[in-house]
Amino acid sequence: MSQIIQWIEIGTIIRSLGCCPSEGELHDLIAEVEEEEPTGYIRFEKFLPVMTEVLLERRYRPIPEDTLHRAFEVLDPAKRGFLSKEELIKYMTEEGEPFSQEEMEEMLSAAIDPESNSIHYKDYITMMVIDEN
Amino acid sequence: MGSGTSTQHHFAFQNAEKAFKAAVLIQRWYRRYMARLEMRRHCTWSIFQSIEYAGQQDQVKLHNFFSYLVDHFTPNNHNERDFLNRMFTEERSPQDSEMENCRDYESIEVPDSYTGPRLSFPLLPDHATALVEAFRVKQRLHARYVLNLLYEARKHLVQLPNINRVSTCYSEEITVCGDLHGQLDDLIFIFYKNGLPSPERAYVFNGDFVDRGKDSVEILMVLFAFMLVYPKEFHLNRGNHEDHMVNLRYGFTKEVMHKYKTHGKKILKLLQDVFCWLPLATLVDEKVLILHGGVSDMTDLEFLAKLDRHKIVSTMRCKTRKEDKKQAEEKGKANQTSSAGTPSPWFLPQSHSLPTSPLCPSTQKAHRAGRSSSVPCRVPLDPKELSHWVRHSVDLELERCRQQAGFPELKEKEEPLPLASEADPEAEGRREPTQEEWSQVVDILWSDPMAQEGCKANTIRGGGCYFGPNVTERLLQKYNLQFLIRSHECKPEGYEFCHSRKVLTIFSASNYYEVGSNRGAYVKLGPALTPHIVQFQANKATHTLTMRQRISRVGESALRALREKLFAHSSDLLVEFKKHDKDKTGLITLSDWAAAVESVLHLGLPWRMLRPQLVSSLTDNKLEYKSWLKNLAKEQFSHENIQSSLLEALYRNRSNLETIFRIIDSDHSGFISLDEFRQTWKLFSSHMNIDVTDDCICDLARSIDFNKDGHIDINEFLEAFRLVEQSCSKGYASDC
Repeated sequence: MSQIIQWIEIGTIIRSLGCCPSEGELHDLIAEVEEEEPTGYIRFEKFLPVMTEVLLERRYRPIPEDTLHRAFEVLDPAKRGFLSKEELIKYMTEEGEPFSQEEMEEMLSAAIDPESNSIHYKDYITMMVIDEN
Repeated sequence: MGSGTSTQHHFAFQNAEKAFKAAVLIQRWYRRYMARLEMRRHCTWSIFQSIEYAGQQDQVKLHNFFSYLVDHFTPNNHNERDFLNRMFTEERSPQDSEMENCRDYESIEVPDSYTGPRLSFPLLPDHATALVEAFRVKQRLHARYVLNLLYEARKHLVQLPNINRVSTCYSEEITVCGDLHGQLDDLIFIFYKNGLPSPERAYVFNGDFVDRGKDSVEILMVLFAFMLVYPKEFHLNRGNHEDHMVNLRYGFTKEVMHKYKTHGKKILKLLQDVFCWLPLATLVDEKVLILHGGVSDMTDLEFLAKLDRHKIVSTMRCKTRKEDKKQAEEKGKANQTSSAGTPSPWFLPQSHSLPTSPLCPSTQKAHRAGRSSSVPCRVPLDPKELSHWVRHSVDLELERCRQQAGFPELKEKEEPLPLASEADPEAEGRREPTQEEWSQVVDILWSDPMAQEGCKANTIRGGGCYFGPNVTERLLQKYNLQFLIRSHECKPEGYEFCHSRKVLTIFSASNYYEVGSNRGAYVKLGPALTPHIVQFQANKATHTLTMRQRISRVGESALRALREKLFAHSSDLLVEFKKHDKDKTGLITLSDWAAAVESVLHLGLPWRMLRPQLVSSLTDNKLEYKSWLKNLAKEQFSHENIQSSLLEALYRNRSNLETIFRIIDSDHSGFISLDEFRQTWKLFSSHMNIDVTDDCICDLARSIDFNKDGHIDINEFLEAFRLVEQSCSKGYASDC
C-alpha cells in the first residue's frame, strides 16, 4: 500500500531531515519528486530515492554559526552589533528570497528587543541555536 | 562615465550582491529553524491525538469485555451472580410514563439562601442572557431549574425532525460552531465576539457540547435556554459525546454527580433521554449539510430522515432487532424462559444477531460488504484478539441454537417475568433500532474525512468510517448540496478545509489538549452561503507567547502524557526489549527500541524522532533498557522500589477502571462496596491476563478504605494513586 505524504509541507520534511536548502533549491527538489501532472501531493516512493541521495551527498548542508554571523554583519556594515527593526524588515522582505508577512512577524516576535527596537544578532543566533538542540 | 564611476557602480553592485546573498543565507537558515519547530508541533499533535483515539478504542473494547464476560464467566456463588446481574443490567431508557415522573422537579425546594439564577417558564431572552452572565461569574444553577429546563428542552426537541431544515431568509446570518467539550470560556467568548443569539443572528452548534472540559453542565444549560427562547434560530446537532455511555468515561457523568450530589442521578437519567432526541443533522437552505462526524458511502439522507432517532440511545453498543418475523417469534419464546425482574443486559446483543461492535471482524465483513474500497484499514487484530472473537461468535451461535431448541439460558434461574411486555416481540422490537438504522447514525456521528479515495472502516476510533473525496462528491451530487460542515476532529487552527473545499471541519474548543495547543474557530455563512471563518483562542496568556514558546509548552505536556503511557506498559515493554536482546547484553539498538515500543503501544508515532526527548543517555549508541524503564517509573512516582506490576496495571487501566466503577455504581451514589471492588478487579484482571492473587486484591481494597466502613469512594480512590503507591511502598501490599 503506497503512502502519501499529504498534510505536511514537503519543505518542512526536507528541512527537518537536516537539510538547509534555499527556496530556489527547494523548488528544484520538489520538481524532481513531483508527479508529471502535479496533484499537490508527493508520493513516498518517488520521494525516498531522491531524498536518500540528497542526504548521502550531504547536499544543502546547514549553515555554521559564524557564517550566519558574518551574513548579519554584511547587512550591518557599520558593525554596530545590531540591526534596527526597520532595517531587518527591509532586508528580509525586500532582499534575497523575501519573507511573507507571517514569517516576518514571527521572526520579529522572537528577535526584536522591545526596548531598543532592534535585533542584537549575535545573541539572537546563540539563542536560536541553543533552542534547536 | 569615467572609470571612477564604473568602479563605484562595481562596488555598489558587489555590495548589493553581497547583501542579497547574506539575506538569502539568513532566510534559508530561519526557514529551516521554523520547519523544525513545525515538525515538533506536528509530533506533539500526533501524540495527543493518538492517545485520545486509543482511549476511544478502549471504550469499545470495554464493551466487548462485558460481552465476553456474559458468555464466559460462570459465577461461582450466589453473591457473584447477584453482583454480575447488578453490573450487567441497566434500567431501560425511560418511557413516557416514567418521563412524567421527572415532573417531580416541582417538588424540589429551592432554599432562600440560594443566590443563583432562578428560571421561570416560558423562558424569556433576558433569562437566557442572565444565565450566561451567572455562569460567567461561576454561579451554579439549582437542580430544580436544571431539571425544569431539561424537561422543557425535551418537549421542544421531540417535535424536531431528524434533519433540521433551516433557512437564511429569516435571519441575516448564520453561525456554525463545532465541539465545545465543556469549555465554557470558549462559548462565552464566541457570544462576546460574535454576539448573542437573536432572531437576526442564527446559530448552529454541531455536537460534542459535553465531556472533558469542566463546565459541560453550564454549556448545556445555556444552549438549551437559547434553544427554547429562539426556537427558529437556534439549532443543536447531536454529537458522539451526547451519549450516556461515552459520558461515563469522559467526565460528564462525573461532573454532574459532583455538582449535583442529591439530584445528579435524576438529571443524568433525564439527560440520557434528551440526548436521544437531539436532531442528527441540520440542513441550511437545502444546500449546506451540517452534521457532527461525517458521512459514509452508505449514507442515505432519506433513510436518516425517517428513522426514529430516539431509539438510538447510545452509539457505543447496538441492541438491534431483526426484521425477520420468524426470528421475532423465536425471540419471544426465548424471552419467556428468561429471568425475572432483570431486564436484558444493556449491551447484550439480542439473541439472534451477532455483536455489532465495529471491532468484530465477522460483522465488519458483512456490514462493510457494500463498501467500495477494497483496501482494509490497519486492523489491530493480533492472534489473541482474533481467537477471542472467533470464540465469541461461536459461543453466540451455540447460544442461539440452544434457544431455538427451547433450552433456557444458562444463567437465569429466577421465576418467570410478568410476561406482558416480554412475550410481545413487537413491543420489544419497537424499542431497538435495526442494524441499518444504527450504523447509519454511527456513520454520521463518528466518521472522519481522509485524503484518499474510497471508504474504509475507522478502526482508530472504533466506529464510523474514513470517507474520501469521491464519497463526499457523490453525496453532494446526489442531494444537490454545496458543501458539508462537520466537527469531531480537533484542528490546530480550529478549522480545516478538505476535499477541494467541499468539507469544512470546524472545532470550537480552543486549547483543547493543553494551553496553547490549538485555536478554536466558528464559521459564518453569508449570502450565497460562502463561509467566513473566525478564529480565537480563549486564553490571553497564549497571545503573548511566541510560537516557539507555545510549542515547547504543549510539547512538554504531550511528552509527559507519553511517558506516562510508556510507564503503564513497562512489563510488556520489558518483554519486547528482551526479544531484541537475544544475547542478553542488556542493550538494544535504537531501531529495536522504536520497533518494540510501537509494537506494544500501537500509537503510530515517529518514535525515532521523539527519541531524544524520551531517552536521555546511551551507551555506545545503544540503550540500556532496564535502567531506562526504571527511570520512567522514577519519574512517575517519587518513591523508589515501588511494587510495580499491580500499580502499573492499575495505572494503565485507570480510565477503564473508572468507567467500570461508574457502571457498577448504578445508583450513582459514589460508593461501591469493598466486595464489589474486589470482584470487579478479579473479573477484569482475568480478562486482561493480569496476574494478581486474591489476597493482594483484598489488601489493596482494605488499604483504600480509610474509614474502614466497607465502602470505597470512587473519586477518592481514582484520584489517590499516590495513596496506593504509599501503601504499597509501606509494604502493606507487599505480597503483590
